[in-house]
Amino acid sequence: MNGIKISRDALLAIVLVCLIGLIYLRFPGFASPQSLVGVFNDTSILIILALGQTAVILTRCIDLSMASNLALVGMCTAMLNSALPAIPVPMLVVLAMILGAMLGGINGLLVWKLDIPPIVVTLGTLTIFRGIIFLISDGQWVNAHEMSPAFKALPRLTLLGIPVLSWMALFSIAFMYVLLTRTPMGRAFYAVGGNPNAAVYTGINVGKTRFNAFVLSGALSGVAGYLWVSRYAVAYVDIAAGFELDVVAACVIGGISIAGGMGSVAGAVLGALFLGVIKNALPVINISPFWQQAISGSAIIIAVVLNARSARRPGRIILKKAEQL
Amino acid sequence: MKKITSLLAATFLGGTLAMSSAHADDMRIALVVKALGIGFFEAAAKGAEEAAAELGGVEIIYTGPTDTTAEGQIEVINSLIAQKVDAIAISANDQDALVPALKKAMQRGITVISWDSGVAAEGRLMHLNPSSNPLIGNMIVKMAADHLPEGGDVAVLSASATATNQNIWIEEMNKVVGNYEGINVVATVYGDDLSDKSYREAQGLMSSHPDLKAIIAPTSVGIVAAAQAVTDAGKAGEILVTGLGLPSEMAAHVDSGASKSFAIWNPIDLGYAATMISYNLAKGEAKAMAGGDIGMGRLGAVTLSDSLDGAMADPFVYDASNINDFKEIF
Repeated sequence: MNGIKISRDALLAIVLVCLIGLIYLRFPGFASPQSLVGVFNDTSILIILALGQTAVILTRCIDLSMASNLALVGMCTAMLNSALPAIPVPMLVVLAMILGAMLGGINGLLVWKLDIPPIVVTLGTLTIFRGIIFLISDGQWVNAHEMSPAFKALPRLTLLGIPVLSWMALFSIAFMYVLLTRTPMGRAFYAVGGNPNAAVYTGINVGKTRFNAFVLSGALSGVAGYLWVSRYAVAYVDIAAGFELDVVAACVIGGISIAGGMGSVAGAVLGALFLGVIKNALPVINISPFWQQAISGSAIIIAVVLNARSARRPGRIILKKAEQL
Repeated sequence: MKKITSLLAATFLGGTLAMSSAHADDMRIALVVKALGIGFFEAAAKGAEEAAAELGGVEIIYTGPTDTTAEGQIEVINSLIAQKVDAIAISANDQDALVPALKKAMQRGITVISWDSGVAAEGRLMHLNPSSNPLIGNMIVKMAADHLPEGGDVAVLSASATATNQNIWIEEMNKVVGNYEGINVVATVYGDDLSDKSYREAQGLMSSHPDLKAIIAPTSVGIVAAAQAVTDAGKAGEILVTGLGLPSEMAAHVDSGASKSFAIWNPIDLGYAATMISYNLAKGEAKAMAGGDIGMGRLGAVTLSDSLDGAMADPFVYDASNINDFKEIF
């Protein structure tokens, strides 16, 4: 089991390197270290969201409201900053995380207490969160000149040659790695998704574990919300519209099993980077915009087909053997 | 005194033309907008007041629903008919739904025109477009050329590849690009009106065209994203960002030097022109017919097409000199 997972992540890493190689043949500037740092930086938000989505998918749920959560929190922080520029930006980031976690908690509670299928719950909150943005903003934009300079500067600040935006992604990766592999909560995510009935017998509260996963994905969406509005220096109703699909795609490419219980942090990160490389490469390799969409789509399907083939469950075979005995 | 003269004038000129204004002190022109409380329309109302002051003897009724619905506008129109106003100039929330109400108004002798956002031909005498496709296409490349006296490579960052407006403007731009010496359009890319995609496309343009001098983005999401991408790349001032955008959205980028100028319609002029046209039509000084001209005061005259619509003027150019006056408006 472990062996398969490592080889799958390694396979994706090899594919990613080959992809960068192919792009290099067509546009040599793409593979320069500076350009690759830029690609990672651009993909940071997707990585953060994919990590949150991973936690949710591991518990056999799905969170389609992430992009709306991001947009709502982004709008709130932008409005707060423009109304009260005195609030220090790090505090805003913490507020964004708390607000995002609360929104995620709404999803979690509905899934936990009312036992509604997660896809239905988050499809609902996806629309509700967007609607709330319209209500609080009245459809108006929060523009660059209304945001304080510090608000816009934080993700662009460079530490050791890497922008803070990328550091946030690196920090999230480390945090999620420790959480999923070294803590009871992380192991519970796997247990609940792998076999909910068995998880109950081991004393895990399935509903509460799912709630935790939604809160976690909400908190990460919230942080991403601040990062998004400050990176693009604008907040309006439609920001990141449709981005939830990119997030799910990144997870699926990264081998996080939609059936739950299988997947790794490395997979989610590689899946997000795979999409990020394609998104950043398409503008420079000069391909018609209509082909671009087809190429992005094909890449997703090919990755999923590869994953599906390697994700055949060995469990069934063991049972057959047991029958034969 | 003024009242008496206008009354006299009305009775003497008399006849059928001035029947509705005969029993009113002033000519009353209603400026009906999509919804109240929108900066763009508040600015248009300011222009209408300016026109009224210039004309004299005109009262502007600035009104509209509280949300952008056709139902709300129909109520407003019905109440204006009851008030027996002389003219209605409307920016419509729905092209067809308002037609019956506006027809009723015209049957009662009220002059009806649409501006900004039009109504179907049978519901108005004429429609005033803020600008026209050829004028916009010319303006977006002219703004780039004005700041590039030696010419250079420019690229277009559009909305989606299937966006009708943007495609027409780019087509019109390509027709006239030859008039600007040394300007080369090297690429047209599509940001789909998404901040992140537009930003990446702008980054892509900068890396695949090292000699790029300007990015022209005829879309408000695109121009903001391109300006941000240019600033983040440390090339503000080196690569010029221009196109169509709103002053409030572009103010910070004009400050940073990423954009020297950009264009969009001037709402003040639009309200002014709509009022002037309503006045001239209601007074009978001009007729709305194909090929006809209608005076717009300081803005000259509008020539109507076969479908009875006309373009007010070139898009208005915003730059460091006027952006601060407009950024609070819209």
